[in-house]
Amino acid sequence: MNTVPDQIPAPGPPARTDVAIIGAGPAGLTAAVTAADAGCAVCVLDLGERPGGQFWRSGPATGDGRFHHGWPAFTALRDRFAAHVAGGRIDYRPGHAVFHVGSPRAGAVFRVHAVADDRRREHAAVEAAAVVIATGAYDRQLPVPGWTLPGVMSAGAAQALLKGSAVVAGRRIVVAGSGPFLLPVAAGLAQAGARVVAVVEAGQPLDYLRHPVGVAAAWRKLPEAGGYLARLARHRVPLLSRHAVVAAHGDERLQSVTVAKVSSLWERVPGSERTLEADVLASGYGFVPQVELLAEAGARLRAVTSEGGFAAVIGPDQQTAVPGLFAAGETTGVGGADLARIEGLIAGRAAASAAASAAVGAAGSAAGRAAGSATGPAGPDGRTERERAALRRFAAVMDRVHAVQPGWTGWPDDDTVVCRCEEVTVGRLRAAIDLGADDVRSVKLLARPGMGWCQGRICSQAVAALTTAHPRYRDDAGTGEHDGTGHDDATFDAERAVSRPLAQPVPLRVLAELGSEDDDAVSAD
Amino acid sequence: MPEQPRPRIDITVDGVAWSVPADCTIAAAFTEHGQPAWRRTRRGARPRGLNCGIGVCFDCLVTVNGMPGVRACLADVRPGDVICTEEGSGFGEHGP
Amino acid sequence: MSSGRSYDVVVVGAGIVGSACAYFLARAGLTVAVVERGTVASGTTGAGEGNILVSDKEPGPELELARLSNRLWRELGDELGPAAELEPKGGLVVAAGPQQRKQLDAFAATQAIAGVQTRPVAPDDLPELEPHLAAGLAGGVFYPQDMQVQPMMAAALLLRLARDLGADVQLRTEVTGVQTAAGRVTGVSTSRGALAAGQVVNAAGPWAGELAWTAGLSLPVLPRRGFIVVTEPLPVLIRHKVYTADYVANVASGSAGLETSTVIEGTAGGTVLIGASRERVGFDHSSSLRVVGMLAGQAMRLFPVLAEARAIRFYRGFRPYCPDHLPVIGADGRLPGLLHACGHEGAGVGLAPVTGQLIAQVAAGQAPSLPLGPLRPDRFEELASA
Repeated sequence: MNTVPDQIPAPGPPARTDVAIIGAGPAGLTAAVTAADAGCAVCVLDLGERPGGQFWRSGPATGDGRFHHGWPAFTALRDRFAAHVAGGRIDYRPGHAVFHVGSPRAGAVFRVHAVADDRRREHAAVEAAAVVIATGAYDRQLPVPGWTLPGVMSAGAAQALLKGSAVVAGRRIVVAGSGPFLLPVAAGLAQAGARVVAVVEAGQPLDYLRHPVGVAAAWRKLPEAGGYLARLARHRVPLLSRHAVVAAHGDERLQSVTVAKVSSLWERVPGSERTLEADVLASGYGFVPQVELLAEAGARLRAVTSEGGFAAVIGPDQQTAVPGLFAAGETTGVGGADLARIEGLIAGRAAASAAASAAVGAAGSAAGRAAGSATGPAGPDGRTERERAALRRFAAVMDRVHAVQPGWTGWPDDDTVVCRCEEVTVGRLRAAIDLGADDVRSVKLLARPGMGWCQGRICSQAVAALTTAHPRYRDDAGTGEHDGTGHDDATFDAERAVSRPLAQPVPLRVLAELGSEDDDAVSAD
Repeated sequence: MPEQPRPRIDITVDGVAWSVPADCTIAAAFTEHGQPAWRRTRRGARPRGLNCGIGVCFDCLVTVNGMPGVRACLADVRPGDVICTEEGSGFGEHGP
Repeated sequence: MSSGRSYDVVVVGAGIVGSACAYFLARAGLTVAVVERGTVASGTTGAGEGNILVSDKEPGPELELARLSNRLWRELGDELGPAAELEPKGGLVVAAGPQQRKQLDAFAATQAIAGVQTRPVAPDDLPELEPHLAAGLAGGVFYPQDMQVQPMMAAALLLRLARDLGADVQLRTEVTGVQTAAGRVTGVSTSRGALAAGQVVNAAGPWAGELAWTAGLSLPVLPRRGFIVVTEPLPVLIRHKVYTADYVANVASGSAGLETSTVIEGTAGGTVLIGASRERVGFDHSSSLRVVGMLAGQAMRLFPVLAEARAIRFYRGFRPYCPDHLPVIGADGRLPGLLHACGHEGAGVGLAPVTGQLIAQVAAGQAPSLPLGPLRPDRFEELASA
């Protein structure tokens, strides 16, 4: 008996809307509410099961926001959002993993494809005149021996447990990495009753004093930082700077970590190592924007880390190179929740305007959309623009002070796993380089890091850095035209390197439904 | 921690009854229960659990009500959930 | 970089074919330089599945090439070592219905006469070979000689062996033209200077036509786009390469439109690869969910167990092909010193060793193992006027 029907059923007609928004964090929620306020039909698709994204990881119903930041802002936004959902203006789709955003050749609508509900995995499609991609960013971790032990997690994961589920990650917690994010994570855990053994910062926060103008631009953030420091002092949490966790130890779970002093290039200082007992290591070295959907849809990208992190290039109204496609929040460059909200506001207005133009234009042409968003009321007003500029300046300063330095490539040894999904070790990468692979793509082809479920999100920056740090790589650098990301300038195509036609895993059963569609869903080159 | 006791729900994990907080993710439920790992990798059979916390790394996969490969960091627990820890690909000998 | 040196042979392209040529040339004692504008396997080989097939070859020149190449792969397997992941897994071709079965049996009979090992499989015996195949198929034919290899590793390892034998490998160096003087090849010009050589091997894959054009010669090699869908890691469900009987017809088809057929196999890592589509759309790198959707649907019909398996990525490659679907191997009668090793259309990995051996024989002035007439580079003008 053949249990598969002869015909795969064609998908039902896609839901239609004016503006589709991907991501329900600060940028996405703000864009959604803004576009809805402007009269648009809005569809919000989010991977999470509750709104708020990572920054406002919605807590249990019993939560009172005590572990959250900017809570009043969130509740106000959440209430407006809920009102629009109740009123039918916003079609809210939680638990939707968007795997493709495409623009069919015929017609001017974007088609958003998602797998709905991880427990059932059904196909959901939405057609929209304009799309805002606000898919946020994820923590960057650096591979060190033992980092795959249970108990080792990103700083964001520890915070999500606390904010979203009111669960403390463990009893003795080391918070390590680089960036201002470590402070709220540590302070939150300390307040929740965990013993925060230390905050270990690889950079030197005093370096902020070298950028007085940038820091002054975000003066409102200083009391916030001061609050975290005070709380940590109250709980007697030691703060170490120019230190890093260079190894994690344990058998079946984390038991201790090794902390070492590091130079300004993050080279470990021999003899400075100390052991700290811990059952949780919450580690974060900045954030990596999630831009695969943008790249695949045709947006241009720019490098935001030296090792392969990219963000979308946008105009003043948050529009990408593709008319009608907007990006907001961390996808345009990591800058925090306040900047994300402002960008969401600008993108929401611009997307609403683009959708309106598309409706009016005779052929619903892309030109109509572009014209509408450039000349309509979508551009930011003066005050909003100044706020955005100031926050971006501060974000740039943060980037410089906490930039990942190349010395970290000396921390892992040959047995250290680099690709967690496929368990590819540093040793196997080095063997591939010895065989002649001298850029990330060749290393990937030969040693297979980045070929597992996460498709290189977690490991590709580390692979790039380890490749460029390999002595053989330098030898064969030839003309020296590499741009430092482990790719040859002459042939490197950022958009192609980052784009993933399937941004999320898709059951074959769902993909098969797309095979019977009449319209060819083709993404931009 | 919140002062009033949280509502709890009943689930089973590998056939054993667990009482876990309501309104938390499956990963949080495991953590609260004191179990930081619920999966073994394919090649080295190494233990894995929560890592990135936002659904990007696919380390935290768990089988929920027969559906393998569910990201525990994203999925909320629901009353009556039947959860199985995973070995290897999560599909067992007979496939999906 | 050693520009200005003189070699017996310059090989253009370090894909699987170029690497095999370099290896056999160096083994024959010739001084060799391999020049590649990217890195190892950065062209079509990087998108290859690693097929080493006799099952899909029609009796004639291509089957003869495939049979010899199959033997050579087995010998090479030991030299390359386990990193190449050479797997003698065998191939199973299945027929959807009685009509297809008749055609398949007739085709297999001609292959058997030509020396290919074939084993007819009755419908009831299919589950023993592949327990997860859909019910209701009309049986098939099993080809025990079909194999699988990791093509990128194989190319890199061949190149290393060539280096060990004295070959010069220049990566990230683009060949800009074939140089000639007095009607003979004198070398190549590159982005890093000229290399002098009495013979040049064109192993430039889908770009072979462009390279030939720099010498004023026409070589009708065109790209044929194909997609491969890759699933998440799964337990071993599919033991052999399995494909439907219409795959063979598709390779032979000259149509420019889309053709899809089902080709499925597992890999050592646990992922299942699903192909195979063919479209003549030039170098179009855009994705096509519709094509990929069709591949997914076909895969599910053949192996219903795959319905819940998730695709984690798909990728495209460009198979270099010639109008008569035969590769181009050997000396170009129009320009002494120019040799071609290209146009293998999806069989590049399988036919790489025999191509390398033949090229080395031609370059060294020895008698080739197989008649090269049908594969000669200058056959197309005659075909066109025939």
